[in-house]
Amino acid sequence: MATESTEGGGLWSDVWQRFKRNPVALTGFLVVCVFVFTALFADFIANDKPYYTEYKSKSYFPIFRSYLVGMKLGQWPAELVNAEFKKLEGAKSFFPPIPYRPSNINLLEPLEPPSGRHWFGTDKLGRDVMAGMVHGSRVSLSIGFVAVGIAVMIGVVLGAIAGYFGSWTDLIISRLFEVMLSIPTFFLLITIAALLPPSIFLTMFIIGATSWVGIARFTRNEFLRIRNLDYVTSAIALGGTDRKVMFKHILPNALAPVIVSVVLGIAGAILVESSLSFLGIGVPAELVTWGSILHEASTTTYAWWLAVFPGFAIFITVLAYYLVGEGLREVLDPRLRGLR
Amino acid sequence: MTSYLLQRVLLMIPTFIGITLIVFLVVRLAPGDPAELRAAGGLGAAASGGISVDKRGAVDEAMAQWRAQYGLDKPLYVQYAVWLQNIFTLSFGVSFKDSQPVWGKITERIPVTLKLNLWSLLVVYLVAIPLGIYSATHQNSITDQATTLIAFVLFAVPLVWAATMALVFLCGGDFYYFFPPGGLESLDAADNWSWWRKISDHAWHLFLPVVLLSYDGFAGLSRYMRASMLEVLRQDYVQVARSKGLDEGVVVFKHVLRNSLIPQVTLLASILPGMIGGSVIIETIFSIPGLGQLGFESVLSRDYPVVLALLAVTSILTLIGILISDLLLAVVDPRIAFGRRAQ
Repeated sequence: MATESTEGGGLWSDVWQRFKRNPVALTGFLVVCVFVFTALFADFIANDKPYYTEYKSKSYFPIFRSYLVGMKLGQWPAELVNAEFKKLEGAKSFFPPIPYRPSNINLLEPLEPPSGRHWFGTDKLGRDVMAGMVHGSRVSLSIGFVAVGIAVMIGVVLGAIAGYFGSWTDLIISRLFEVMLSIPTFFLLITIAALLPPSIFLTMFIIGATSWVGIARFTRNEFLRIRNLDYVTSAIALGGTDRKVMFKHILPNALAPVIVSVVLGIAGAILVESSLSFLGIGVPAELVTWGSILHEASTTTYAWWLAVFPGFAIFITVLAYYLVGEGLREVLDPRLRGLR
Repeated sequence: MTSYLLQRVLLMIPTFIGITLIVFLVVRLAPGDPAELRAAGGLGAAASGGISVDKRGAVDEAMAQWRAQYGLDKPLYVQYAVWLQNIFTLSFGVSFKDSQPVWGKITERIPVTLKLNLWSLLVVYLVAIPLGIYSATHQNSITDQATTLIAFVLFAVPLVWAATMALVFLCGGDFYYFFPPGGLESLDAADNWSWWRKISDHAWHLFLPVVLLSYDGFAGLSRYMRASMLEVLRQDYVQVARSKGLDEGVVVFKHVLRNSLIPQVTLLASILPGMIGGSVIIETIFSIPGLGQLGFESVLSRDYPVVLALLAVTSILTLIGILISDLLLAVVDPRIAFGRRAQ
């Protein structure tokens, strides 16, 4: 959160100190870090291009070069344009641990069980499952963050307005909460995602736009409680504008319980995205995600590796976020202490 | 109490309008013209333009006729008003796909989904409530810690994964054939089967879908139950009950249980939308002809009347569920009807 350093650096370092002492939550945090690392450096973990290659007595760094080419800052040398590095004669190459990209179709190796060549096996088109999972983590990570980011923006603003102004405003906004709570979110989500053209950005937006109610209600309840505290009354008496009182004085204190629901919301968004791509809607068909591999498993039931690994990845990631969320809840919310 | 009831029912009206408006707009404002799609399907790639000019005219005419037949040529607000009117008479029009009445399509699917979800609700409450009670009364025992851990882990298990794993390992892939991979009864099921054989065949088919629909509700509910038991156990009146020499069993089951069951009442309403979502996944994977499967198929084929009807019916049912559980809460806890309700 951007506001924390100015508003209460002391609190957050204190939170971290206490969070660190909970080994389970810390494990969850480490798993999340590994997940983020994998997503950020997917190109360096699973790639059909080598880190380094020596070809015709010249040295190249093809993965870095592909970034430059992608950003239109450089070009492939003539002898390496569209080169298949694994088949280059006389080249000495140093490949990433998984020398495949998820887009590498190899029809000679369809549905190979896990082996030394393909640690997690291959799918129907001979694509390496592990490479697909490493790159699929990007989808999960970005969906989690962006969707929840959108949900937080909608939820915090609506919740803050409802809780701060109360009375009629609250009544109207609370109807909106009730509307969103009544419509079966997942079915609504499927409907919107299936009616719109498949796109990962649209999917993020839709998940965010349908999952803000929890955060909004949390924020509203916190605002209702804090609004009547003396310091808020004095801030208003001193002439603070509504907006300033809401976001500068109340929000930092209301943030703690909201953050817990944000962390849990990321896990929820990852779960929802995997269900969507399992059903084959939302994300483009050619994009390999954890859910899309699972979908293939449900139609090719003898290929157990397609079911075990991607599902386990979703499970571990979601569990890790839950652990972090629970750990944060314990350190952030003193009212809950001793309850569990 | 009466004024509370009145207030709640009156507040349902704007919510109802909000629900129908959002549902209607979401479905109708999505890109993709159903008439165009129908023409493309029925008259052979007409929409993409690979057709001569004079034939294109015929196609356009057919599309216009079809739009008029379904009222799609009227302005959006008129369509909304007509649809809203139809909700009250439960006439949701006919399906774009096979021209069957939508309401009939839905009602023939309801028993299946209802059966699935009622069984699963029963399992959830029968397992989770006793477990929650046990965990709370034996706080920090090994059983308590184990169930807390298991519930926590179960909560993180993605439904799609659990279902796929069951399909791969238990339903006759290369591994075990404990359960059928889909459907509600065996293909060779016959009317002359004994009732016992029919029931066991049915149970055999329902087992996996029910378990899969239940596990995450179970995880949630057992934790809620434990937390709410613990909260009540700390109250002064429980101390009083104990100190006047009451048997611990009486204290737990008579004094504590009643009060800690209150919050679980509200959960019933909030479980409903989640179960409908779960039904979509489970019914699609196990090819069970219920509402979830109907919904998913209709969404894919852009059968707007069916999608609209399903969204509206399930939302309104949930809304009523919320109302009933709120009223039940007010009955068991009279403070609610008097005091300001803070959600």
